[in-house]
Amino acid sequence: MTVALEIKNVSHNFGDFTALDDVSLNISPGDFTVLLGLNGAGKTTLYSLITRLYNNNSGTIKIYGFDVRLNSVNALKHIGVVFQQPTLDLDLSVKENLQYHSSLHGIASSEAEQRIDSEIYRIKLNDKIKSKVRSLSGGQRRRVEIARSLLHKPKLLLLDEPTVGLDIGSRQMILKHVKNLCKKDNLAVLWATHLIDEIDKGEKVIVINKGKVIESGNVSKIVKKTRTKNIREAFNKLVGI
Amino acid sequence: MELIVYIRCFKGIVLREALRFIHQKERFFSALVRPLVWLGIFAAGFRSVLGVAIIPPYETYIPYEVYIAPGLIAMIQLFNGMQSSLSMVYDREMGSMKTMLVSPIPRWFLLISKLLAGVFVSILQVYAFLLIASLWDIIPPISGYFTILPALVVSGLMLGSLGMFLSSAIKQLENFAGVMNFVIFPMFFASSALYPLWKIEETSEWLYYVCFYNPFTYAVESIRFSLYSQINIEYTIGILIFTLIFLILSILGYDPARGTLQKKGSK
Repeated sequence: MTVALEIKNVSHNFGDFTALDDVSLNISPGDFTVLLGLNGAGKTTLYSLITRLYNNNSGTIKIYGFDVRLNSVNALKHIGVVFQQPTLDLDLSVKENLQYHSSLHGIASSEAEQRIDSEIYRIKLNDKIKSKVRSLSGGQRRRVEIARSLLHKPKLLLLDEPTVGLDIGSRQMILKHVKNLCKKDNLAVLWATHLIDEIDKGEKVIVINKGKVIESGNVSKIVKKTRTKNIREAFNKLVGI
Repeated sequence: MELIVYIRCFKGIVLREALRFIHQKERFFSALVRPLVWLGIFAAGFRSVLGVAIIPPYETYIPYEVYIAPGLIAMIQLFNGMQSSLSMVYDREMGSMKTMLVSPIPRWFLLISKLLAGVFVSILQVYAFLLIASLWDIIPPISGYFTILPALVVSGLMLGSLGMFLSSAIKQLENFAGVMNFVIFPMFFASSALYPLWKIEETSEWLYYVCFYNPFTYAVESIRFSLYSQINIEYTIGILIFTLIFLILSILGYDPARGTLQKKGSK
């Protein structure tokens, strides 16, 4: 069976500090997987390694079978990313930002136009396409970033704390949108968060703490294994808070 | 990867830089005001103090304004190079640099495209400056307006890649302000931009060598000769070597395996 993201025995240090310690995980197409961990647990470092912002010191990372280090061109083609920090150019319009992204993936302008229109329609921001990003709300900017991450039709979507700082309405809208994408487009999604209320019952969760994967599996399995009532209690027990 | 993919990517990066340039009109005006202040005030004050002998590429005695014009053109490019690398530090802190770096297109190509986009913007500024400078009777031969172009591309690339290398080595935006002071001003003053090298040699031999080996001097002199449709082999070879060195350093600086980006992850 195809594996969308395969991480095997990845460790990473910043000087003496171990940011990731022997991390292994698998994600299949169509999976919505939550990477749950406190701030500083190693989620962003893991994302930086998957997207090759840093090279992994040890272990392997494969995206649809392509090693990120050895075959980064093919591996990166399949990834869409929404970073924790906002990454849109505030002085450019929504459309200009999306066109820029399309060109970074070598998409022809006529094809890009069509894809931009359809992604903007999906996030219901058609009326904002010519607006400067600076004039959008935090939630709208996030939705644009998600639309942007899908322009090159990736098969694996990585989102790093995408709802932090947003109001409840925007959070729910974004979460619902990504979960729909997962189902409709058979997209593999890795959603990093420390917000437990974003996890639904049947979903797969990977708990990361101090750079180590300490538990993974369906919510019900983790709850059962930790002998707790819900995922919040299970998480608190696992990370010792 | 097909050639057309690279072309589209290059076009997109240049277009983005051009759009940012158009949207930030104050950047354009400040880039022009700076050399014009030097030309209009500094040069006016110093023209009676500093006498410039006949030196190549000039064939006659020239006013001081004419002498410093190539230095001011290089200054436009120096500021532009540093400013675009400042925007890279800003982009990196704000995250938008990441979107470029996670493109499947090879990183060296992305970085060189970004550099060339910055050079393109600096060339627009230089031509606007030359237009206004004609009011001060700084009028090179017509051919000079064309022959200066290759020199501007190379000097822009050299100064831009120096800025890019510095941006890869700097952790935070605040530190970059310090580098601006430690890079821009020493580079500008310890060069042939404001006074000919022989004049410096008369005053201090060691300072002469500092100025002689300053990469900025090579940018100034390449521009000076090309503005009069001449080539100085020594400066041309020098600027090409410096460009290559800074380009390699900046690409290594942004290399995920060797670069300084990793070290910054610990901040």
